[in-house]
Amino acid sequence: MSTTAHNPDQGNVVPMDPVEMHKAKIARREKIGRWLLPIIVVVLTIYAWDRFVVLNEIPHYIIPKPGRVLEALIADWSLLIGSLGITLMITFSALTIAIIGGVGIAVIFAQSKWIEMSFFPYAVIMQVTPIIVIAPLIFIYVDSKFAGLLICAWIVAFFPILSNTTLGLNSADHNLRDMMKLYGASRWQTLRYLRLPAALPYFLGGLKIAGGLALIGAIVAEFVAGTGGVGSGLAFRILEASYRLNIPRMFAAIILISVSGVLIFMFMTFLSWLFLHKWHESAIKRDL
Amino acid sequence: MSQAPLLSLQQIGKTFSNGTVALQGMNMDIEQGSFVSLLGPSGCGKSTVLKIIAGLGNLTTGRVNWPDSKVDNHGRPDHEISFVFQEPTLMQWATVFENVWLPLRLKGMSRQAAKDQVNEALDMVGLSEFPASYPRELSGGMKMRVSIARALVTRPKLLLMDEPFAALDEITRFKLNNDLLHLWERFNWTVIFVTHSVFESAYLSSRIVVMAARPGRVVGDIDVDAPYPRDDDFRTSSAYNDYCREASEALHAAMQAGDHL
Repeated sequence: MSTTAHNPDQGNVVPMDPVEMHKAKIARREKIGRWLLPIIVVVLTIYAWDRFVVLNEIPHYIIPKPGRVLEALIADWSLLIGSLGITLMITFSALTIAIIGGVGIAVIFAQSKWIEMSFFPYAVIMQVTPIIVIAPLIFIYVDSKFAGLLICAWIVAFFPILSNTTLGLNSADHNLRDMMKLYGASRWQTLRYLRLPAALPYFLGGLKIAGGLALIGAIVAEFVAGTGGVGSGLAFRILEASYRLNIPRMFAAIILISVSGVLIFMFMTFLSWLFLHKWHESAIKRDL
Repeated sequence: MSQAPLLSLQQIGKTFSNGTVALQGMNMDIEQGSFVSLLGPSGCGKSTVLKIIAGLGNLTTGRVNWPDSKVDNHGRPDHEISFVFQEPTLMQWATVFENVWLPLRLKGMSRQAAKDQVNEALDMVGLSEFPASYPRELSGGMKMRVSIARALVTRPKLLLMDEPFAALDEITRFKLNNDLLHLWERFNWTVIFVTHSVFESAYLSSRIVVMAARPGRVVGDIDVDAPYPRDDDFRTSSAYNDYCREASEALHAAMQAGDHL
């Protein structure tokens, strides 16, 4: 066993003791494992799926082979990507409004306990009533399909942002609040310099949940709306394909939705890291 | 010596909403430029006194007078008061510079306009090398120094300190004690320093006010006449020992008085 190791930080050979060597080895293994393990598991799952379909001679209109799904994905790409674009546009528009509305209402709640007590139940009611039962009503009252979809996705996405941001705004250190008062800070200054920054980690946590929920809200609303013709989202493609027993295309559309959800989640995680890595406990690497 | 006191507490009483009587009929004058320690067992209302002086808590009875200062309609004096908490109480998301800049920023001073004053305050506490660091990157003692720099940046007339060094190790505490004394001698502020350490109060202060609990009240008042500047020689002198013994006995009596109730 060698007693020296290459240190990438210094670019030269430094002696390392066995404990350090062991730690470095574990770190290296973890770094590779973090990427390799999920990939291996996905590949094995796809292989098992393929074998299962082939060995049991399951017809492709019940469960298609992975290869057929891939074919559908390629063949229907232009159709699916257009629909994905529409679904994502609704998702991100709803998310944007949810952020503005959620943070805005949280700020209003934070100004007065009375306002919070009076209106928080409405936020909870909107959250706990399943969107699938409200959506038909919304499409009756709202003429524009797009606006209806937007409202549905917004209702689902806005609660985690509101509830987390409200909690965050109220979590500012009490001594710091006292200090603000001592220095004669205005309400606005306290909000800007203390409460909003203190709420940021909570807000970002809410955003991570809301990102996925906005996508789900958009899809569910599309199912209810059943928008046809030009300007239809992925949910409509799935419905349409199911009527035609085009199972590979259904799989392809579902995969696109899942991948989008994962990408949204990864983006939100990156956003959290971007804003918090310098100071917040959750984003700081621990050196044990 | 007939100068009016900086502030005067008259019959102040504070009862919390849960019925706890934190303070009852407390009188105390604080002379300009003095270094007063409030010494007492926990629960004797020493921190409550500080908050009342800072205007952060409502009084149940009595009043705080500022004989030499103009006061606004909230009864707050027109000069700067600063507060140092037991915890460093820093904004985790802000750099050292931004934390110290905060009191000036609240007065509308831009980063550029506040720069010299902030750097001067950082210099005073020996942190001029760390303006861009985040609080989590600093040791406990350094965090407390940032907190002190933030208190000094407004050039206060009165500095209120609520057990600021209680959570620090002894070596760091001694060092900060000395630094605090040097700054106090240089700038001639009035300091009110809450502590539960007999030794710290005897080392730092020109006067020790001993308080008892339930209800919080003053039970002893000791003048520490030892001259400044004080240093580690004072820590080992017999005079220091005598003050420690006197304060210790007063504290002991205060604790017994508190237990009777």
